[in-house]
Amino acid sequence: MVMRITVKLFATFRENRFKEARREYPPGTTVADVAAELEIEAGLIGMIFIHGRAAELDRVLEEGDVLALFPLLGGG
Amino acid sequence: MPKVIRVNMTDLSVRIEEAPAAWAGLGGRALTSTVVAAEVPPTCHPLGPNNKLVFAPGLLSGTAAGNAGRMSAGAKSPLTGTIKESNAGGTCGRMLGRLDIKAIIIEGQPASTDAWYNIRISNEGVVVEPETETVGLNNFAVLESVARRYGEDKGVITIGSAGENLMLISNISTRDPEGKLRSFGRGGLGAVMGSKRVKFITIDQDGTRPVPLVDSAAFKAANMVFTKALKDHPVSGQGLPTYGTAVLVNILHEIGGLPTRNFTSGQCEHHDMISGEHMYDTIVARGGEPTHGCSLGCVIQCSQVYNDKDGKYLTSGFEYETIWAFGADCLIDNLDLIAECDNVMDDLGVDSIETPVMFGVAMEAGILKFGDGKEVLRLLREEIGKATPLGRVLGGGTALVGKTYGVARVPVVKGQGIPAYDPRSVKGIGVTYATTTQGADHTAGYAVATNVLNVGGKVDPLSNVGQVELSRNLQIATAAIDSTGLCLFIAFPALDIAECLPATVDMLNARFGTKLTMDDVVGLGKTVLKLEHEFNLAAGIGPEQDRLPEFFELEAIAPHNVKWDMDQKELATFWNF
Ligand code: SF4
Repeated sequence: MVMRITVKLFATFRENRFKEARREYPPGTTVADVAAELEIEAGLIGMIFIHGRAAELDRVLEEGDVLALFPLLGGG
Repeated sequence: MPKVIRVNMTDLSVRIEEAPAAWAGLGGRALTSTVVAAEVPPTCHPLGPNNKLVFAPGLLSGTAAGNAGRMSAGAKSPLTGTIKESNAGGTCGRMLGRLDIKAIIIEGQPASTDAWYNIRISNEGVVVEPETETVGLNNFAVLESVARRYGEDKGVITIGSAGENLMLISNISTRDPEGKLRSFGRGGLGAVMGSKRVKFITIDQDGTRPVPLVDSAAFKAANMVFTKALKDHPVSGQGLPTYGTAVLVNILHEIGGLPTRNFTSGQCEHHDMISGEHMYDTIVARGGEPTHGCSLGCVIQCSQVYNDKDGKYLTSGFEYETIWAFGADCLIDNLDLIAECDNVMDDLGVDSIETPVMFGVAMEAGILKFGDGKEVLRLLREEIGKATPLGRVLGGGTALVGKTYGVARVPVVKGQGIPAYDPRSVKGIGVTYATTTQGADHTAGYAVATNVLNVGGKVDPLSNVGQVELSRNLQIATAAIDSTGLCLFIAFPALDIAECLPATVDMLNARFGTKLTMDDVVGLGKTVLKLEHEFNLAAGIGPEQDRLPEFFELEAIAPHNVKWDMDQKELATFWNF
């Protein structure tokens, strides 16, 4: 059994990685696990959204989740 | 002694006064709002002789403080009927600081509408003269004419044809260090300047000396702490300089708060085409500058120079709100076209938020099709630019176009177009839109920071809990920052890095020899908000207008399927301080 997760990356996280990819993970995978696998330092993550809602690093992902990772950004 | 310059346009007289002692601790927004509240009858017609147009540099303007290049313009707004403060970068704030001019107050109105005037301010005094050469010209041509006649290095404050034609979407523009334009954007202040028959103002800082500091060692030390905080924080040190404010497009799309197709969805299919990431790649590929300042001494440099595909200058200061409004709200999926619109808007002198929000409603009204950027350009140049009857309706702004064409979905508060964050999915910013003294304005209390960006803590954007308090605290802090001449983007480090804001207070104290505390600065923010609020109440803009348009309560927005459902009574608690 694997879970299919759509991972979206933004801003500097895209460098040498990707914009958006469908990836497979074992059940029980957390946001932190995905970040580690992508070699994104957890301390650099500013915003985590799953289906457009804020989530934390320890959140356990579910089949079909759309996960978006942003560094800390701002504007106005 | 600090000076106040009063130019009376009724009889073309000039008075140079000593600034009253009571104004010693006031600058920027605190001073423009104090003057407007004290001297402008709240019920006056904004385009009549009783309104006054006030320019004020900030308390730190002209010093070496990082990001202190902003100055304020204030008046009663013809768009909102409220008090208005709008601030911009450029070179004038710094020059006024060096000239020790606390405020320029333009009063009265010539009896005849035959003539236009220019006002020229220098160390030698103030000259008011009839102006003919630039009448009818737009902003870039005005800058050229001023440079040729008076020299390249002068500060310039000007209106384009939209301001001359007293349009409610008109702004006041000012020259930036590279000779391009920055704007006092919101509230139709260009029409106020046009109603005074002033085409442009020049500022000459020749013969001035650096701004004196009571304790220059302490100032330097505090400025080092301050600029270090700006550089250390990831938003001001990295995100803004690299991607500019347009980095918000993808964020707001992701959380469903990117108003699309005249506020009918919270997500836009072609978001990546109009994103900050795409803009950055495009700028770099075409030899533009992704990192650029709107004023001297800017450490953050959120601005940029955007070139066309042949590598020629297309626009600068290309902001998220403009890109959102044309890109998502009007569905124009081509960043080059949006950049061209931005440049034309700068030239005509129209607000780059009000104008595209108005176009979203015009598209819904059927005046043009959603996504038709070419037609937007034509309407800007041929109708608004030539003040045809249709151009005047469009130039009346979002609310007027909605009324004229019977559109019910009109995103305005107090007549001013709602910017780039949907209040249904970012509820904190909805509180700011509803309650600010300025009409819908995101900068008045940028709750997006804490609702979405995780700066200054976290408050769930989809819940009403805690939003009034959040917006109140931000609005108070913003009113204080707007009085210093510091750019509001210092708020990102200030919300997260403990030493940042105290360093700005230390700079104020070292500059003036005062003993202000953080509480005093917060107190100043509160005082400013209250006197602005009282002006509005006396102008007939009461609590019943502190609300969002009805359609936000009737129509749920995708993807979260949320409506605006904040209780009016809870909103009214905003003013409990
Ligand atoms: S951060 Fe941006 S808005 Fe602020 S002073 Fe610098 S360029 Fe201007």
